[in-house]
Amino acid sequence: MQEVMKKRAIELLSDGTVAKVIGWMPGEFSYDMTPAVFTTAEEIESNFVYNDFCGANVSKYVMREQKKASDAKILVFLKPCDTYSFNQLTAEHKIVRENVYVIGVGCDGMADVEKIKAAGIEGITGIESDGDKFIVKTVYGDETIARADALAERCAACKSKKLTVYDEIIGEDGEVVENSGRFDLVAKLEAMSADERFEFWRNELSRCIRCNACRNVCPACTCEQCVFDNPKSGIDQKAAADSFEENMFHIIRAFHVAGRCTDCGECSRVCPQHIPLHLLNRKFIKDINELYGDYQAGDDTESKHPLTSFTYDDAEPSVIHERGNE
Amino acid sequence: MQVNEQFTPTIVAFCCNWCSYAGADLSGTNRLQYPANVKIIRVPCSCRVNPMFILRAFQRGADGVIICGCHPGDCHYTTGNYYARRRTTLLFSMLDYLGIERNRTRVEWVSAAEGAKFAATMNDFVAQITELGPNRRLEDLRCRK
Ligand code: SF4
Ligand code: SF4
Ligand code: SF4
Repeated sequence: MQEVMKKRAIELLSDGTVAKVIGWMPGEFSYDMTPAVFTTAEEIESNFVYNDFCGANVSKYVMREQKKASDAKILVFLKPCDTYSFNQLTAEHKIVRENVYVIGVGCDGMADVEKIKAAGIEGITGIESDGDKFIVKTVYGDETIARADALAERCAACKSKKLTVYDEIIGEDGEVVENSGRFDLVAKLEAMSADERFEFWRNELSRCIRCNACRNVCPACTCEQCVFDNPKSGIDQKAAADSFEENMFHIIRAFHVAGRCTDCGECSRVCPQHIPLHLLNRKFIKDINELYGDYQAGDDTESKHPLTSFTYDDAEPSVIHERGNE
Repeated sequence: MQVNEQFTPTIVAFCCNWCSYAGADLSGTNRLQYPANVKIIRVPCSCRVNPMFILRAFQRGADGVIICGCHPGDCHYTTGNYYARRRTTLLFSMLDYLGIERNRTRVEWVSAAEGAKFAATMNDFVAQITELGPNRRLEDLRCRK
């Protein structure tokens, strides 16, 4: 797959279709694939990578590059989940679709290096997919790990392998996954008592170090000026002085992206404290689906966002007092 | 935790200018009683209430927050309260999900003609919060009096 992608990127670059290519290159570690912008065939030849560690969603980089030069044609490689973010950004007028050439890349799940490390595999230098296994290359030789044991959380509960936007496809397009199980944990939390839920979230949110990585990576967090950078907001500090600030940050961020969050899973992936942020976003998604009808942000660029629309017979806020556990 | 026998909760009520605030006024002119610990904040519309306002109220010492607006269909700006209805539902559901007592928040539609409903709602809400006790889960210790 990587070689096909490289070849296409070089072709499109040299025939002048695009001026820039957005993809991935090795980061600090060989398993730490990081989004990258390429402008020459040589760079692509030497640095472009695509493997099972390329979980990073590069859709937001299209916005960033277009901000620098809005008319430069850009080639971007998008996995199915990334295409949802791309659509959402297009819908919010953050991306000019006409100036982007999208190559959709079929996907059967990305590996989570933390899980591989936890299985005792060290000195990781590379990874290959092999049916229901990953072959992990290490300085000590090859190791294998079952795909199910190494899949990233968001891939294990993948909502859709369908490419929702593309100009061409490399690999195989997939289908929306029915019953992905992504709301299972949310439902489990809902079934707990309020005291248990409070304990659970205190335990998680109190670890937050306010690095803001979740916000910076999020394709829905595209505000030119973020409320959390406003010194007058009282929550612009880089460390929470009180548990209230932790709650405030997480409630407000999740609320700001409610209905726009495509459940791409980036926030949880980048959190250095391993806070399950997806459980906050998925709560909103689940509520929206249950109360206002099924909605998937980024499915297309036209549908009405559930928080900027309404129906005359929407549920009253009192419904939350009537369901679930107190 | 200090338990005060005579706990009197602080309630913040966001009232829309056109209906509920006028409803509060009417309950006043009708000499209907509602507790003085209900602090009314007048907003142009229930949909003006940013979720941050609600959290901020809890931070600065509110034990309960109630949002009052025109009845659906009667919004002065035609549709504001429909948006507010979705937002508050989702936000309060999230607070509940985080384990913050769900009875600390409420939304009530009160028209300008419903002075009696305004007073009754406030009396009822104050009683409910008094029973719940002080807000401890969404407070800011630095703001505790
Ligand atoms: S990435 Fe994690 S630690 Fe950093 S601000 Fe977000 S939740 Fe907190
Ligand atoms: S909140 Fe998280 S899952 Fe949702 S769009 Fe942002 S990064 Fe993706
Ligand atoms: S947290 Fe809110 S204000 Fe900040 S970038 Fe995200 S959506 Fe915008």
